[in-house]
Amino acid sequence: MKIAISSTGNLPDSMVDVNFGRCAWFVIYDTDNRSVEYIPNPFRDQLENSGISAVHFLEQKGITKLVSGDFGIKVKPLIDSLRIQLIVIRDMKYNVNQIIELLNH
Amino acid sequence: MSPRLKSPRKVIDPPAIKGFRPVGDPLAGKSAESVVIMLEEYEALRLCDYEGLSQLQASQQMGISRPTATRIYASALRKIARAFVEGRSIAIQGGTVYFDSDWYHCASCCCYFNNPEKDKLLEGCPLCGSSNVERFEAEQVVKMGGH
Repeated sequence: MKIAISSTGNLPDSMVDVNFGRCAWFVIYDTDNRSVEYIPNPFRDQLENSGISAVHFLEQKGITKLVSGDFGIKVKPLIDSLRIQLIVIRDMKYNVNQIIELLNH
Repeated sequence: MSPRLKSPRKVIDPPAIKGFRPVGDPLAGKSAESVVIMLEEYEALRLCDYEGLSQLQASQQMGISRPTATRIYASALRKIARAFVEGRSIAIQGGTVYFDSDWYHCASCCCYFNNPEKDKLLEGCPLCGSSNVERFEAEQVVKMGGH
């Protein structure tokens, strides 16, 4: 199972990004082989619909769960229709490593 | 004057498949233009004929008026009949819809999450695995959605 985390940087101690569509990096964590992949967000500077483009991009990578601080109003129905689970963390106290540790529960 | 906007229809269970293709003449299905059934028409058909609800009950489930539900349902039947008779493929896509999913709150890691697989039961928090989770009230979700 692959899980995408929106991140502010490409390091394990980078904090989770509050924004989903315009986050700096996507961290893709594979729970099967415990691999971590850092991908720069290609839609970061897109003028509009960056969230929608990001969801399609991540869906093609086989993501089933998304961890982020907040999601825009346009992406929510799309994520629901693709049956991707959303995990929203409101207070930004976790970094990428802590999230991965939590996911390994 | 621009036409009045369509009110969005609630779809509780989106289809698992994207459409149907006719059997027999392999070219007929591909070359002929396919009939596009919108998601709200699929939902109306599912509620009325699969779940066996009345059109009034179906309209309440979808958050629309009874005449609108009847119109959507009739349109779904017409499109399916056309696809069957003319041997066209059916694509299920588009429409003025929104999807509904329940929100949950985990008390141990303070995260919020939803459950996209409605038929599956929730096995604790997806993030920390704690079973200390509870349903989130609808009014709070509205506030959450107001970005």
